[in-house]
Amino acid sequence: MADLLGLLPDLLNAFKETFLMLGVSTGFAVVGGVPLGFFLFITQRRLFWENRAANVIGNFLINVIRSVPFVILLVLLLPLTQLLLKTTIGPQAASVPLSVAAIAFYARLVQGSLCEVDPGVIEAAQAFGASPFMIIRGVLFREALPGLLRGLTVTIISLVGYSAMAGIVGGGGIGDLAIRFGYYRYQTGVMIVTVITLVILVQVIQVLGDYLARRADIKAK
Amino acid sequence: MLELKDISVAFPSGAGTEASIHAVREASLTVQQGDVFGIVGSSGAGKSTLLRTINLLERPRSGQVLVNGADLTLLPERELRRERQKIGMIFQHFNLMHTRTVWDNAAFALKVAGRSRAEIRRRVPEILALVGLSDKAKAYPDQLSGGQKQRVGIARALANHPELLLCDEPTSALDLETSAGVLALLKEINQQLGLTIVIISHEMAVIKAVCDRVAVMDGGRIVEQGAVYDIFARPAHPFTRELVERTFNLELPERHLNAINGTLLKILFLGEKAETPVLFEAAWRFGVAVNILHGKIEYIGDRAIGLLVVSLTGAATPVGEAVAFIRDRTERVEVLHG
Repeated sequence: MADLLGLLPDLLNAFKETFLMLGVSTGFAVVGGVPLGFFLFITQRRLFWENRAANVIGNFLINVIRSVPFVILLVLLLPLTQLLLKTTIGPQAASVPLSVAAIAFYARLVQGSLCEVDPGVIEAAQAFGASPFMIIRGVLFREALPGLLRGLTVTIISLVGYSAMAGIVGGGGIGDLAIRFGYYRYQTGVMIVTVITLVILVQVIQVLGDYLARRADIKAK
Repeated sequence: MLELKDISVAFPSGAGTEASIHAVREASLTVQQGDVFGIVGSSGAGKSTLLRTINLLERPRSGQVLVNGADLTLLPERELRRERQKIGMIFQHFNLMHTRTVWDNAAFALKVAGRSRAEIRRRVPEILALVGLSDKAKAYPDQLSGGQKQRVGIARALANHPELLLCDEPTSALDLETSAGVLALLKEINQQLGLTIVIISHEMAVIKAVCDRVAVMDGGRIVEQGAVYDIFARPAHPFTRELVERTFNLELPERHLNAINGTLLKILFLGEKAETPVLFEAAWRFGVAVNILHGKIEYIGDRAIGLLVVSLTGAATPVGEAVAFIRDRTERVEVLHG
């Protein structure tokens, strides 16, 4: 019990690191994944910018990133991290491979949600003379929003899992704490506390994500 | 107002093959200002594809789409979009946006056309009132019945004061009663606003209810076109004849056909002739017994088409004379038996 109390500063710090990594990579997932997902959707369909070559290349890139196990991606991207941040250690550095993985992961889910949008609705908008931009913003985005939010929830939760591996490059975070103290030092108490913390974190994210998705999904009312 | 010239549409038949499926072949038709023009055909006949070439949702492989004399196929994207704003369209499955209210669905069409907020606030209530849905402005499409959804579709299509309204099987997803309501609304809009309407359907009943003129499609081709009354009265193409027969639905039970003694006639009356007592006269003059087995009188507009199945019994000579007499005074007589 005493060592658990002594762990409190470490735990708080680990929390900060996890949130930093999640925040940065989620931010990139949205900023990068949404346009990439739209790009994949629009280039694949007989819509307005059908472009087979671009579509194939985009799909291939995403598949490559998604097929590399995250632990390996973490190491593989060290040169990129060095180039961008001039360091390869710490939560900021771990955020680089996390963001890359997050963008690829979320882009796929975005593409999936867009495919769920009723093609008839898109066609109707085209029939009224809506411009591609209006169709993307006014129809695709609006109609797919519940799916986009659910996909984001899934992405963030996956990132929680990924971030546990960030310890490999000294990224820190809750998962890293669990491994260092709970596993390497046989402090089972620490392991339990961190796991419970992670369970709570994931639950909170899921509940919040569901709530937002339900609010956007007005038709379900 | 609308003219399609030699429209052909082909789809690639599958990956890796040069061959293509011809959905529409050399279809031409002309729609006059203020007409309700029907395109009828069985599913797969290419009528939906043809309709979609009018606003170029489907680009034809060859042919011209002339709206008020201007060829839409030559327009660049931006101008095509502006033209599309003047062509409303409604769909079999309504295609409303689920995440927007009735009001927002209608407003979106206006926003697309670049109307100001003030204009939108003024126009939306107008069109919702026109289709009788003023009280549903805040409802979401999934809270509405099929008929109401189609009315929203119509409101949305009319938002930008179109000159032309395209209807893609507008009543096929609706039950009979609701269909009648939607068709009546379309007819009303046609008459009140002078809007030209092109409507496709696989049901002759829909065509009969609202259209002035009709084109019949089979296997990607327009096989026949003309005034609805003429098509019903004198269908020329075998496919059209079959369609019309099915609409009249004058099937006699098998038992009847076998048990008949005497001459069985199918008589078609048109216009005023449908209103003169030819049969009574024939019976009286030639002393034959006339028995009506089946019959129907359809009114298209205010003109009647009558179809009767009767049996004549009596001696051979007077029956023959009676048949000739009837044939003389009606549009068409078909001897089914005897």
